[in-house]
Amino acid sequence: MSTWTARLDNPLSARLRDAAITGYLGIFLGVFAAFLAIPPIEARTITWPILVGIVAMLLGVWTIARGRRRLGWGAFAAGLLGIGLGVLATYSSTDNLNQAFDATLVAQTFGLATPLMFGAMAGIFSERSGVVNIGLEGMMLMGAFWGIYGADKGGTWVVGVLVGAAAGGLIALVYAFFAIHLRSDQIVGGTGVNLLSVGITGYFFVQLYHNAPVPNGVSLLPDVNLPDMGNFLDGAIGGLSILTWAGFALVIVTYLVIFKTPIGLRIRSCGEHPRAADTVGINVYAIRYSCVVLSGILVAIGGVYLSEGPQGNGTFIFNMSNGQGFIALAAMIFGNWRPAGAFGAALLFGFSSALALRLQIYSPQAGTLFRMLPYVLTLVAVAGVIGRTVAPAADGKPYVRQ
Amino acid sequence: MTDSAPAPPPQEPAEASTLAGRLALKQRAGGIAVPIATVLLAFFMGGVVVAATQHSVHKGLIAYRDIFSGAGLNWIFHPTTNLLDISAYNLSQTLLQTSTLVLTGLAVAFAFRCGMFNIGGQGQYFMGLFVANWIGVSLVGVNSLGHILLALLLGTLAGAVWAGIAGVLKATVGAHEVISTIMLNWIAFWFGSWLFGDGGPLQNTTQPTVPISGQVVPGARLPDFWGVQGFQGVHIGVFIALAALVVFWALLNRTTLGYEVKAVGFNPDAAAYGGINVRKNLIRAMAISGAFAGLAGAIDMLGGTTNYQFGTLDIPFSQVGFLGIAVALLGRNTALGTLLGALLFGGLLFGTTHGLNSGAVIQPELAGNLTYIIEGLVVLFVGADVLILYVWNSPRRLLRRRSKPAASTAELPA
Repeated sequence: MSTWTARLDNPLSARLRDAAITGYLGIFLGVFAAFLAIPPIEARTITWPILVGIVAMLLGVWTIARGRRRLGWGAFAAGLLGIGLGVLATYSSTDNLNQAFDATLVAQTFGLATPLMFGAMAGIFSERSGVVNIGLEGMMLMGAFWGIYGADKGGTWVVGVLVGAAAGGLIALVYAFFAIHLRSDQIVGGTGVNLLSVGITGYFFVQLYHNAPVPNGVSLLPDVNLPDMGNFLDGAIGGLSILTWAGFALVIVTYLVIFKTPIGLRIRSCGEHPRAADTVGINVYAIRYSCVVLSGILVAIGGVYLSEGPQGNGTFIFNMSNGQGFIALAAMIFGNWRPAGAFGAALLFGFSSALALRLQIYSPQAGTLFRMLPYVLTLVAVAGVIGRTVAPAADGKPYVRQ
Repeated sequence: MTDSAPAPPPQEPAEASTLAGRLALKQRAGGIAVPIATVLLAFFMGGVVVAATQHSVHKGLIAYRDIFSGAGLNWIFHPTTNLLDISAYNLSQTLLQTSTLVLTGLAVAFAFRCGMFNIGGQGQYFMGLFVANWIGVSLVGVNSLGHILLALLLGTLAGAVWAGIAGVLKATVGAHEVISTIMLNWIAFWFGSWLFGDGGPLQNTTQPTVPISGQVVPGARLPDFWGVQGFQGVHIGVFIALAALVVFWALLNRTTLGYEVKAVGFNPDAAAYGGINVRKNLIRAMAISGAFAGLAGAIDMLGGTTNYQFGTLDIPFSQVGFLGIAVALLGRNTALGTLLGALLFGGLLFGTTHGLNSGAVIQPELAGNLTYIIEGLVVLFVGADVLILYVWNSPRRLLRRRSKPAASTAELPA
């Protein structure tokens, strides 16, 4: 073996020669092909998207030939999609394009992703400790209603967040009792929590507010106004809600807690092998209880954002969460039970919702169809097309102390 | 999930490996007492909510009397076939609700018997409803019987395909059916909003600004056998639901298919060891399960439960698929149990919305939410038989404790 090939055998070049790299490059180029046609690049010609898309598809074919079939097909599809979107964008007017893709799209993406970030981090805490939490949806709804109730009665949004979080924590405690102590099936129990929350919030909404909008002047979540940073950044992150920033911080904190602290190690061991954790003296029940209650508190804060944030603007409507809790669950699965991945998925789903709102400019119909995207993507993700999703080993299994 | 793997040695005899196995175990332990206790407990807590929020125990009790008569159950005290009689009318509506819930309940129950939790009954119901609407509106000038049969068949098929997607994903790549059916629910949700929305393919042609479908042509409507056609009489869908119960029972207990499905439900590894194709049965069970829900949607569309049309705004308020979960769990995933569970929830659903609409006891808008509370409590409690058994056994345990005060270690039954 000559020195020349020996030099090639270091880990980095081995990774470069792996078929995966061409696959990822192809996917990237496919996305890039669509990006070429929209602001800020906005090439007003169909040549460039098509050229780049074809390169992406060729890379895909090459990847398939080298054995990474799944990834190759992914790159192929990305290239095809990129060409399609690029050509479509080129045919629409510049005015519409500029209206659909601007700095507020970024702001809207972050805004729509906020409840998902809270929900996904909540799900990570619960499921990493070994308790499946289908009830995220209901807990979020509890936060949305009791948050606005607290803000109304307490006079300030701080009380709203606290009351909402307490309501979420309370229903999570009930769920934890059923899931952990009574060893009820966790999916059945979570479904029960979801139904119960619809009933409770609906009942008290009628009872306390007579089905009318909550009185005007409820203290809303404040925006964080940053100093001048130039046009694009101002529009994008200059006026995000305080909970959006809290959501960013939560992602980092979740990552640090779960992966870098002894507590996180205990949580993960309860989710992977509770018997072993018990053997070394970890109180599995205590860990699971605290994780589920924490999960309820977190997702309920995401719910407070729904009603008290810029989208709800101080109104509650029946069944307000409307599947957001499930999307958060999907984001968690899509992100493979990891904070960074779940954050990325939450942003992706937020972006697709923001885009769906903008597509109304072109056609309301397309916008509605676009709302399916997070669910389709999650279906694709659990099907294992984009790598395999692996749940914690003891996720959903009740633990019996011996 | 591996077809050829030999069955692993049983680790803990008390803990069955699958959900269906565990449920069967609890069923032997609790018998019929558990569902009854569950319902009583849920009703009691619903009553407590009413009594507490209205500051009157009396109102809590009256609420249930009104729900009872609202569901038309007071009909048995003075039976009549005259639908102008209010109790007879209420009972007829309860029957209609019940037949839908029987089918959505069977959908959940069938998947449960194969060890899967089909939480996507709502989406499968929607798909059946959409397809039945499409066939029922767009085909004109065909034989009435053929039209009805075609719409029912294709609606059923749509539900089967929708659930089948989750079955195939589970069988081929091991995707958990709960996740995939939840996702399919929401895909169906937005698909429907698109179908009936402004400019959607199934939106009515007469009012282009209203996001609602066209009406099913008269020839494709299910004939009523009790009451006046067009005045929401009782249609033959009730018999279809009853027939579905028989089919469900016969499929599970009298066919090889049912035997295989149940075997996979109890223990997939043992079933594979015994030569049963697990993957095939997972897909098959999911498809059959979805067929029941799709049929429910088709019957609701052709039977006029939604006035022969459906709109974007109706979609978020349709909950029958989720109610099916409560029905099946309460009914222990058996045919007879599903019928009883459906009767209970059918009565509750119609009884609360129409029995309490006078506003004398609680505000009418509260009533519907009371149904959700009771429904949620039932689902929560029914999954936790241990709680019911705990309450059930507590008098005996108290006695024991009194006789032996030192031995206070008796906790939850293992």
